[in-house]
Amino acid sequence: MYQYDELDQAVVDQRVAEFRDQTRRHLAGELSEEEFRPLRLRNGLYIQRHAPMLRIAIPYGLLSSAQLHTLAHVARRYDRGFGHFTTRQNLQLNWPHLEDVPEILAELATAQMHAIQTSGNCIRNVTADHLAGVAQDEVDDPRPYCEIIRQWSSVLPEFTYLPRKFKIAVTGSPADRAASEVHDVGLHMVRDAQGEIGFTVLVGGGLGRMPIIGQVIRQFLPVADLLSYLESILRVYNRQGRRDNIHKARIKVLVKALGIDRFRELVEAEWNENRAHAVRLPAAEVDRVRAFFRPRPYEILADIATPAGDDPRFQAWRRYNTHAHKVSGYRAVFVSLKAHGSIPGDMTSDQMDAVAELAGRFSFGLVRVTHTQNLVLADVRQRDLKELWGELDRLNLAMPNIGTLTDMIACPGLDFCSLANAGTLDVAKQIQQRFDDLDYLYDLGEIEIKISGCMNACGHHHVGHIGILGVDKHGEEWYQITLGGSATGFTALGEVIGPSVRKNEVASTIERIVEVYREVRADGERFVDTVHRLGIKPFKEQAYAPHPAAA
Amino acid sequence: MRHILRRRELTADAWHYLGEDALGSEAVIVPLAELRANPARFAARGGRLGVRLAPVDRVEDLAGDLPRLALVACEFPSPGEGRGYSQGRLLRERFRFTGELRAVGAGVKQDLVFHLARCGFDALELAPGEDSQAAITAWGRYDVAYQPGDARVKPRLQRFFAA
Ligand code: SF4
Repeated sequence: MYQYDELDQAVVDQRVAEFRDQTRRHLAGELSEEEFRPLRLRNGLYIQRHAPMLRIAIPYGLLSSAQLHTLAHVARRYDRGFGHFTTRQNLQLNWPHLEDVPEILAELATAQMHAIQTSGNCIRNVTADHLAGVAQDEVDDPRPYCEIIRQWSSVLPEFTYLPRKFKIAVTGSPADRAASEVHDVGLHMVRDAQGEIGFTVLVGGGLGRMPIIGQVIRQFLPVADLLSYLESILRVYNRQGRRDNIHKARIKVLVKALGIDRFRELVEAEWNENRAHAVRLPAAEVDRVRAFFRPRPYEILADIATPAGDDPRFQAWRRYNTHAHKVSGYRAVFVSLKAHGSIPGDMTSDQMDAVAELAGRFSFGLVRVTHTQNLVLADVRQRDLKELWGELDRLNLAMPNIGTLTDMIACPGLDFCSLANAGTLDVAKQIQQRFDDLDYLYDLGEIEIKISGCMNACGHHHVGHIGILGVDKHGEEWYQITLGGSATGFTALGEVIGPSVRKNEVASTIERIVEVYREVRADGERFVDTVHRLGIKPFKEQAYAPHPAAA
Repeated sequence: MRHILRRRELTADAWHYLGEDALGSEAVIVPLAELRANPARFAARGGRLGVRLAPVDRVEDLAGDLPRLALVACEFPSPGEGRGYSQGRLLRERFRFTGELRAVGAGVKQDLVFHLARCGFDALELAPGEDSQAAITAWGRYDVAYQPGDARVKPRLQRFFAA
C-alpha cells in the first residue's frame, strides 16, 4: 500500500498542529462555537447527540495491520473500546472528548492516518471498490488514482469552502462495487480503443433528499487529465452551485437545473480555458504511486476444492464469506461485522487487534473496509481458509451471511446521530432476530437491506434491494420501505411501497415481502431481479396484509 | 485607520472605498456594479482605481478593465463563502492580474490565511476584531502543499505543479 513520504507526513503533522491551536483557542473562548464549527468539521469532528463524534478517514478503505492496531488503540484509549465502520469506508468514534481530539489526530498521524475533510463542505474521503487489485473483472486497480486524488484534494485552498460536501468514488470494475453512480463524481476505469487506461466520468449522482443517478459527462478521460478535469468540474460547481439553500446546494441540483449537456459545456469550456495553467499529473507521478500497489508476492498455487465431508459451518462460510481471487489458490475473505445480535459495522478494539494480527498471518498485513460495513482480507491462500475461519469464528466475525438479507447496512440513527428521525440499530436487531435461520437466508439468496435514520440517507436506503427509511410521525418512529434499489451491478433507485409502518412491524413486513418473492421468483432469480420483472405491485399487496400468525 | 496585512506586515490602508467620502482620494475602490452603472464617472478621474467583487460577480466580466485597475478586492462575507478563492485564482492565473488582490469581509480570519495566500491574495483586510499578530503567524502554518498555487507563498515541498 501507499507509504507517506516527507511531504505527506508534513501535511498531516502541520494539520494536527493547526487543529491543536484551533481547539486551544476554542476552549479558551477565543473562537466561538460558530467560528470553530467549520474548522472542526474539516477535521472530522461533529458534535452529536451524546458527545463529539470523530470520523477518521480510511482512504479507499485500505488499512495496514499497523494502522488497524492504531485504530484499536485509539478507540480503547480515547473512547469506549469500539468503533463504527461507515458506508464511506471511514471509522467513527462515538464518544471522544473534544479536548483529546488533537492528541488522537497526532497518534493517527504517526501511523499515516488522518481525519482531514471527513466532514464539512469540501472534498471528502475518496472511496473505491473493496476488491480492488484482486477482482477478476477489473480493468485496472483504482487505488493509485484514489491516492492521487486524496493528495490533490487534501488541504486544497480553492475548494475547501464549497457550497456543500463533495464525494468521489472510483471503480476499476464494470461491476461497480463502490456505488460510484450515486456520488458527486463517479470515475469508472475503462480502456480506449488503443488500450490506454482512462476514466468514464459521471457527475451529479447522490442520495439524500433528492436521489439521482449520476450522468456521464465525459466518456473517456485520459489519466494525465484526471486532476485538471476534476478541477474544472469543481470550479464550475464552486462558482455556480447554490449557496442559498443547504438542501439545494449539492452538485446534483446544479447539474439537474442546467441539464447535463449545458453543464458539460461549461465544464469543457472551463477545462479548455484552464489548460494552460491547470494542475498536471505527470506519468512519472502516476508510476510512483502505482508502484505501491503492485500485486502482492503471490505463491504459485492451484485452486483447492473443499472436501465434501468437511464441517458444514465451514463450508457455508467458505461459500458466502469468501470471494473469487484473480490469482489461483487464493480467495478474498470477508470478515463479517454482521453477526446476529451485533450492530452492523461495529467492531471492538480487541476484534480490531485480532484481525490486524490475522491479516499479518494470512493476508500480507493488509485489511480493507467495505462500503457494506464489513472488512476484507483480500489475499488468503485457500489452504489457510479453514484455519482463518476457526480464528474468525472464535472472534464472532465469521457469521456466514455475506450478501444475504442480514448483511445489512445501517447508519447510526437515533442512538447516536442528532439529525435522525428514528432508530436504525434496533430495527437491524429486529430483522436479525426474525431472520435468524441460516437455511432460510440462503434460500432467499442475495438481498441487500439498507437502513437510514433520516432523509440524509447515510445508510443508502434508496439503493437497497429493500430500503428502510426512518421517519418521524408526531414524535413516533415509523419506517418507509422501498423496493428494487440497487447500487451494485446496476444502479436503480427503490420505489416506495406505500405508507410507512410502525417500528415493531418492520421485520414482519419484510418477511411478508420476501415470502411473495419465494412464491413468484423464477428459477435462480435474485430478489431484486424479481422486483424489476414484476414491479412492486405484488409485493405491495401482501406487505400490509395481516400477518397469518396474527389473523 | 484601516490596516491591511501584506505578508507579515501590517500597513496602513492607502485606499478608500467608494462612499467613504473618497471620490477625491488618490486611490478608490468601487463595487463592480457601480463601475458598470457609471462608467464615465470613473473613467475621467485620475489616480488609482480598484474594483470590489461580490461573491456572485464573474471575474470574466472584469477582464477588459483589468489593465487599468491597480487593485481587485474579493469579498469573503462569511467563512463558508468560498467563491472568492476561485475568483482569486482566475484573476492571477488566467487573467494574469498583477496588482493588489485583496480579501475583505467578516470571513477573513487567521485560519484562512494560508488558503487565501495560495489563491493569490497578497493583501488581507482582516475581519474586525481579528488578532493581526496571530494572522501573521498563520502565514507560516503550512510550509508544504500538494497543489500548485501562488508562488509568493512558496512551499518547501510541493507535489503537483501547474502546466
Ligand atoms: S441518515 Fe440521518 S440519521 Fe442516519 S447517520 Fe445520516 S444523518 Fe444521521
